[in-house]
Amino acid sequence: MVPTLFGRIQTRLFMLALVGGVVTAAVAPLLPVDAPAAARYQSVYVVLAAVAVLGVGWELIYHVLMQWRWEKDWPTLFGLVTIVPEGVLAGFLATGGHLPGLPGPVPLPAFAVHFTVVWLAVWLFVNGPVRVPFIRWRFRGGRLL
Amino acid sequence: MVGSSVTEVIDVHRAPGDRPASSGLPPLLRTSDRWTDEMVTAAGIPMRDKPVVTVGGGIGSFVTVDYLRIAGGLPTSDIQVVSNLSHPWQTYEHLATVSQIALDDRIRSDAASRPDNIWGFPSYAVSEAFRKRTLAPLMQVLLEPVFADFYTPKLRAVLESIAREARRIRYWDMLERGDVEMVRRRAGGGYFVLFADQRIAEPEHRVIRCRDVHLAVGYTGLKFLPELQEFRAGMNDFHHVVNAYEDHEHVYHALRRRPGTVLVRGGGIVASRVLERLIRERMDHGLQTRILHVLRTYFSGRHGKQLWARRRGKDGFAYQGFNYPKSVWGGQLKAEMRKLDPDARLKVHENIDGTTTAWRREWQRQLRTARSQGWYRAVNGTFEDLRRDGEGVLARLRTADGTLELHADYVIDCTGLNAEVRDHQVLRDLLDHGGARMNGLGRIDVGREFAVTGADSGMGRIYLSGAAALGGPFPGVDTFLGLQIAAQEIVDDMARRGFCRRMGPAGALAHWVRWAAGRQI
Repeated sequence: MVPTLFGRIQTRLFMLALVGGVVTAAVAPLLPVDAPAAARYQSVYVVLAAVAVLGVGWELIYHVLMQWRWEKDWPTLFGLVTIVPEGVLAGFLATGGHLPGLPGPVPLPAFAVHFTVVWLAVWLFVNGPVRVPFIRWRFRGGRLL
Repeated sequence: MVGSSVTEVIDVHRAPGDRPASSGLPPLLRTSDRWTDEMVTAAGIPMRDKPVVTVGGGIGSFVTVDYLRIAGGLPTSDIQVVSNLSHPWQTYEHLATVSQIALDDRIRSDAASRPDNIWGFPSYAVSEAFRKRTLAPLMQVLLEPVFADFYTPKLRAVLESIAREARRIRYWDMLERGDVEMVRRRAGGGYFVLFADQRIAEPEHRVIRCRDVHLAVGYTGLKFLPELQEFRAGMNDFHHVVNAYEDHEHVYHALRRRPGTVLVRGGGIVASRVLERLIRERMDHGLQTRILHVLRTYFSGRHGKQLWARRRGKDGFAYQGFNYPKSVWGGQLKAEMRKLDPDARLKVHENIDGTTTAWRREWQRQLRTARSQGWYRAVNGTFEDLRRDGEGVLARLRTADGTLELHADYVIDCTGLNAEVRDHQVLRDLLDHGGARMNGLGRIDVGREFAVTGADSGMGRIYLSGAAALGGPFPGVDTFLGLQIAAQEIVDDMARRGFCRRMGPAGALAHWVRWAAGRQI
């Protein structure tokens, strides 16, 4: 992937909303957490929104790192391993109950499952199928608008 | 199934001067910048109408036609391809195979650069993984370029995919065999495309009257260093000094019979291929071939003007995954170039241009062995002259340490292809009579939508893609992805002008399903 900064941000927000939203809805009932459905759904979507908002900051960092690469690209593997720093930060905020709108602290196993599944789904979608409906996306550095 | 036997090469070796002049064309037509319908009729030239004509018939025409058919929704009856090629991959296959890419070798192209698939999904890596039932290509894409070489598809897979797609879009229903001589503007709008089929004994001129023209004429011919060309012409010796893009199998065959020294000139991907072949021949057949590698520019390490934009270099070569930095096809370099004025673009070209080759672990291993055993030597120098020397040649080089004389049995010139636009009769005519002008790099000036600047004719437009469009708002023109980017811009521009449809997400998805099912359109 060879994104521009605005392309990265647009792609992240759009994919988290579309793919992340659907995957979250599907995975929420299966998470290992003892909570009523309303609190469960509220928690997972707050976490998803937090990942999106924090992501804009992460994208700025990745953009700076990309400038040191001659190809100005972002290899497939980088898109996968960034799950670690992003997961640690989002996990710290979610399990500590530090995110606004969260009914309470999210148990670590529930967060880990939710975050990993959403991440993998978005990563897989961005590395291929997204090009089918959005034929201009890859030539515009990941911009959808 | 594509095999080398289907290839019939017609135009590759034809020098610009060999092309027939527009003999028999009335002077009025030859000299007039704009033709009227009456002028053509009065000249007795048969004429018919097509909305869109693409000239070239190689990969550039194919990719654009593919886009027009799928995204633009045009029927075959609206498009005419005029070409002296019988199939779109003909020239590409010839140049690839003579420059040492066998059908089962891998080309230098990204997994998602699929001329047969406007979406780029599934990539060639995914297709190969399915076909061979292995995860290896996918693992390579995951690990590239840090822990593995870039995944690149095999030539055979690429050609077969193009052949399949050409059948699917009924390419041959649109093909008219002929050598295009000129494209002239029509009084009242649109263009006349004048051509004749030079394969037949007494070719006759024919004209297609059209609204839009697309030109994808590729390179004019082979490029030689002047000193090497002088030797070939002066000594009438096309045997000892060859271009890597001509058939030069005799060199490898001769080396199997008798030990010899080969002088390879150039540091690009073709030079890498030639070196690979020479080294493999030596290793596989127990030969005693010695290699002298002459590089005009020698890169010993990372290089570049800015600290954060430095290209990898080593042992003389400059390394880059593909022909251009990856971000040229959709990343920040593409976005940046699109916004720059022509002068600023030239400055960027100074930074990103230059001959490069791919870093491949196998090639590194081969060269390490060759160097350590002392039968490969890289020399940083330029040719002063070349003389006959017994059965071989004597090359005099200018180096930093003075003049160096080297004897070799063969010289393989990997300088490349000739992109001089004035050497191509259609482009030259466009410059002289069609309102086109050259850009700062000496190619044809095009706008963001790949329309030739100054060549509009009423409601009609001339679009240009491929090597002749280098130096415009998009740099990676002569690549598979570059041709697709051009096709997308062209078809979107036609849609804006109201002459075809603009494809949205639902249409793209529906057409992809058809593509995946192999359904003809």
